[in-house]
Parts: sequence; C-alpha cells; structure tokens
Amino acid sequence: MFETLILILDATLRVSTPLILAALAGLFAERSGIVDIGLEGKILGAAFAAAAAAAVFGSAWIGLLFAIIASVALALIHGFACITHRGDHIVSGVAINTIVAGLTVTLGLDWFSQGGQTPALTGDARFTSITFPFADALADVPVIGLIYSELLSGHNILVYLAFAIVPLAVWIIYKTRFGLRLRAVGENPHAVDTAGISVAFIRYRAMIICGILCGLAGAYLSTAHNAGFLKDMSAGKGYIALAALIFGKWRPVPVMFACLLFGFLDAVAVRMQGVQVPGIGEVPVQAIEVLPYVLTVLLLAGFIGKAVAPKAVGRPYVKERG
Amino acid sequence: MSQPKVPVWVNLALIPFINIMLAFLVSALVILAIGENPIEAAGYLVYGAFGYEEGIGYTLYYATNLIFTGLAVSIAFKAGIFNIGGEGQAYIGGLGVGLACLAFDQTMPFYVIVPLAIIGGAAFGAAWAYIPAYLSARRGSHVVITTIMFNFIASSLMVYLMVNWLKQEGRMSPNSRTFEESAWLPYMHEMLAAIGINIEQSPLNASFLWALICCVLIWGLIWHTRWGYQLRTVGTNATAAIYAGIDNGKVTIWVMLISGALAGFVGLNEIMGVQHSLLLNFTAGFGFAGIAVSLMGRNHPVGIILAAILFGALYQGGSELAFEIPSITPEIVVVIQGLVILFSGALEHMCKDRVEAFFTRTSAA
Repeated sequence: MFETLILILDATLRVSTPLILAALAGLFAERSGIVDIGLEGKILGAAFAAAAAAAVFGSAWIGLLFAIIASVALALIHGFACITHRGDHIVSGVAINTIVAGLTVTLGLDWFSQGGQTPALTGDARFTSITFPFADALADVPVIGLIYSELLSGHNILVYLAFAIVPLAVWIIYKTRFGLRLRAVGENPHAVDTAGISVAFIRYRAMIICGILCGLAGAYLSTAHNAGFLKDMSAGKGYIALAALIFGKWRPVPVMFACLLFGFLDAVAVRMQGVQVPGIGEVPVQAIEVLPYVLTVLLLAGFIGKAVAPKAVGRPYVKERG
Repeated sequence: MSQPKVPVWVNLALIPFINIMLAFLVSALVILAIGENPIEAAGYLVYGAFGYEEGIGYTLYYATNLIFTGLAVSIAFKAGIFNIGGEGQAYIGGLGVGLACLAFDQTMPFYVIVPLAIIGGAAFGAAWAYIPAYLSARRGSHVVITTIMFNFIASSLMVYLMVNWLKQEGRMSPNSRTFEESAWLPYMHEMLAAIGINIEQSPLNASFLWALICCVLIWGLIWHTRWGYQLRTVGTNATAAIYAGIDNGKVTIWVMLISGALAGFVGLNEIMGVQHSLLLNFTAGFGFAGIAVSLMGRNHPVGIILAAILFGALYQGGSELAFEIPSITPEIVVVIQGLVILFSGALEHMCKDRVEAFFTRTSAA
C-alpha cells in the first residue's frame, strides 16, 4: 500500500512538472494583465522545437534552447497583438494555438518524413534521470529509503528546476521592484503609467518570462518525459495549467499545489483503470479525468471559495494623450 | 463633431480581403520554406475545391459544419460574449441527434425523425451551453474559461458514454449501431436526381439547406426583432443596455442557448447525414474553426456563408493538395485558419486603423 502511494506520488511529480511550468508562465502573463489562452500552443511549439533541435544536434540542451526561442517568439506575437495592437487576448491565443497545431505537423513531416513526428531521441538528446547520492544504498531503509530513492531521486533536471522556480517566482513577484510593477500593471495600469513607467514594456517582459517557462514545459514533454515529438502531444496541458492558475488564485505556491493536485488526479486515473473500489464498483477513468475541469468550473462559479482575477486582465491599455 | 465617413465597401470587403491576403502570404512563405511552389500548391487547392462536381460537393459539405459553428460563434459575439465552447456543444448536440435517431429509427418514418433529430441536436447543444451561460450570468464566472472547461468535460463524457453504453455489442471500435435508412438525411445527389438533375456523389446532404435556413432565421432574429435589438445593445454597450432596462444576464443566457443549439446542428450533417451512426471525435475541430469563420464573415450571415465556403474549400482543397504534393500535409489548412484568426481577429486594428485613416484623410482633403 505504502509503495503504491509512493509510486503514485512519484508519477504525480512527473505529470505535474509541465503543469507547474506552464501555470507559472500563465501567472506572469495574467498578473501583468494579459490573458494567455495560448499556453497550449506555446507548449506544443516548444515541444516540437526541442525535439527537432535535439534530433538534429544530438543535445537536449540545444533542444531546450530552441524550445525557449520558439516559445518566446510565440509569446511576443501574442504580446504584439494584445499590447501593441490592442487585440482581443482570447482571439489571439486561439490563433496561436491553431497556427502551432498545424505548423508543427507541417514542418515535422517535411523535415523528418515520419508523419509529423520527430525521430526517437536517445542518449544525450534526452534529459535523463539524476540519481541522488546513496539513493541505491538507502533504498532498503524502511519508509525513508523509499521516499528518498523512489520519490525524490531519479527525476530529470527539469523536474527539480520546475520546483525550484516556484520560490523564485514568489521572490520575483512579491519582493522585487519588477514584481511590484508587474502586479500593479495587472491591477491598475493607469497608476503605473502615471508613475512614468511604461505599461507596454512591463507587459512585454512578462510575456518573455511566460515564453521561457512555456519553453521549459514543452522541452520537458518531448525531450524528458517522452523521447520525441508526437502530433498534439500537449494534449490540453496548457488548458489544465490555466485551470490550475485559476484554482491557485494567481499566487505561485497555491498554483503549484493546484498543479500537484491535478497531476495527482491524473496519476490516480491511470492506476484506477479497471480497479474495483469497495462499495462503488469500478470508477470510470473519465470521471477522474474531468475533475480538474469540474473543480475549476465550480471554483469560478464561487461554489468553493472565490477566484478573483487581476483587475485589468484582458483589457487593452490605451495611453491617454493630449 | 462629425467624423469623416469611411466608405462602406472598405469595411465590408477591402479589410477582410487584406487580412486574408496577409494570411495567404504567410502560408505561402511556409510552403516556400518546405521547398514547394506556393502558386502550384494554390492551383491544386483551387482545383480540388472547385474543379469538379465531387470536389464542390465536399467543399459545401465542410462548409455546412462551418456555417453552423460560425453562426454559433457570431451570434454570441454580437452580444459581446465569446463562446469558445462550440466544439463541446457540437459534440453533445451530435449526441442528441444520434440518440433521437437510435430511439426512433426502427419505429418512425423519416419525416417524423427529422424534426425530432433537429430538436435533439438543438436541445442537447443548448443544454451544454446553458450551464456556462447560467454561471456567467448569475454567478459571475468567466464564460470563456467555463466553456473551455466544458469542451474537455464533453469530450470525456462522450468517451464514457460511447465505450460503456452506446457501443455496438461485439465490436472493438466505440461506434453505435448503424441507423436504419429512415434516419438518414438524403444526399444532395439523391435529391437532385429525384428532380432529374444528375451530379456526382458526395457527402453533401440536406443539412446544407437547413444551414442556409438557419442563416436566414438568425439574420431575421438579430436585425428584425425586439430580441435582436436587445442582443445588439448588450453587445455594443452593456452599461447602456442596463439603463435601457435590458436584463443583461437574461440576454446572455438565451443568446448562449441559441449559440449552443446552432453548434449542435453539426451533428445533423455528420451523424445523420454522413456517418449514420454515433462515434467519437466527429466534430474534428469544426467548433474552433467557427471562430475563424465568424471573424472572417464579420458576424453577418452572408459573410458567414462566404467565409464557410472559403474554409470548406480550404479543407477540401487541402486534402487534394496533400494528395498531389506528399510533402505537404492537410494540416497546412489549420495553419491558414490560425493565420486568418490572427490577422482578422487579434490584429484587426493593425490594418483597419491604417486603411481607415487613409480613407478619412483622402475624403477630408
């Protein structure tokens, strides 16, 4: 029983990693006042760029670099539409998701001739798991051994990075001058403008951070969690991240726990396939799968707590002139 | 202060034209980047979509779905609501159509089943839109986020229902049994053959006519009824609407109901017209494509018909293109679609403001 739990938690960490990265990406965007439905597209684009570059150059790190470049480029397109041209944030996000869904397959087929996939990655082209010191030696120690060697050790570097970014995000958002301005821009851009600070520049910087984090999430999917790019491999993770962002009420640590919760549900759903629960019978996998979405809907409707978005989110800022 | 007027044709024709040309231009660059000739590709595309009767049939068959989802998105847009849940509403609407067919096909004649299926599609689609609409109108949820979540819930629900309840016994794939022929919508080639006109076979069916009827009905509703006036008032200025005594929440709810019902009609075309059984993933992204159609069609039924035919042609021409040039996938159409959403939606002010400024300057001079 204990071992099963550890294995589920272990899987939870792995499934939650891209969610945490993407949700934090969304957090930076939305805290600055930009709604980002395009998380999904950025993850997918980054996953493709990472796998393609890793396949060509044989290095996961170069893959990661290209993933970040691709994702930041997409984030800047979103910024260009929403910040510079006062476009509708949702429409722009939908556009990016659609373009990327088509473009990855189109380019993939032409570059690798494998029906839109990238070649299977091996060796250095993937992020491999890191084994902590003494993990093998401690594996037999009861309770602690299993937690240390199974749950904590043996993940790839991006998993640890994702969890390390959470406190970093807290520090940036709550303790730095940039973070203060970021939050102010999302709540009251006029006040920020009056203080002589460029609203557009802060929002663009937020989008770049958003792009970098989505780049990490995408690279994780194709070069760490899987060994290559598959068509539509982001499979709604961007939207779950969005749900987690709302669920965590736009604050980094609660957002991380929301991602862990949704990841946990995912890991449980896999385990529950065909299992008879005493008194209930077989729980349909789909019922567990939809829980993140149902919970988010309930939260948004104010049935469980209240989610209040940054005040200026989704509204273009037009500087007053004359 | 009177503002110099921009000629009507600029807004209705020139700006959409510029936007679609920009989208085509970027797509051409993509095709160039993968080492193919964009002009040759465009040739295959146009030939595939309009070059022969079967191709035209397919184009209009795809356009049927796009008219339904395009209308669904645009009536919501008119009221200032972004219904991104067309995909889920179409999925559940199709379930309604399919259940009506499965329930009555062995006992009822064709002319009874058709209205029942229309009601089934509309009711299920509308019901799926009702919950987000209610939550938005009465509990202040964000309709975009809620409808996105409902797309995923719809998808899981359908998998559950198909696998556990509706799957035909003894078959591996999650399909329902095939409907009796009394629940098949007639194909266009059959209907035309009955009045002595012979055309090639294609999946184009009677639901296309229903799509056109819906366009007329929606046009009448939006521009020629008291309800339509309320809807447009809410969409143009929600605060003014409140002062005019309009219940914005109520408008939100019934607009979303109509929007969901329209999306649900995709099931008529796919389930009742072509597949003749319930199955998974028949919506195939048409719900999202409706966003592009509605933006391109400037939220007007005539524009939507034209935009739906344009996108239908892209879908059909795209398959032809992929067949002729194997290094190009049909997904290139998805890229074009996304670019259209980008240029005519997200970047609408980029061209519009400049073009309008050009015309106001010349007319003022």
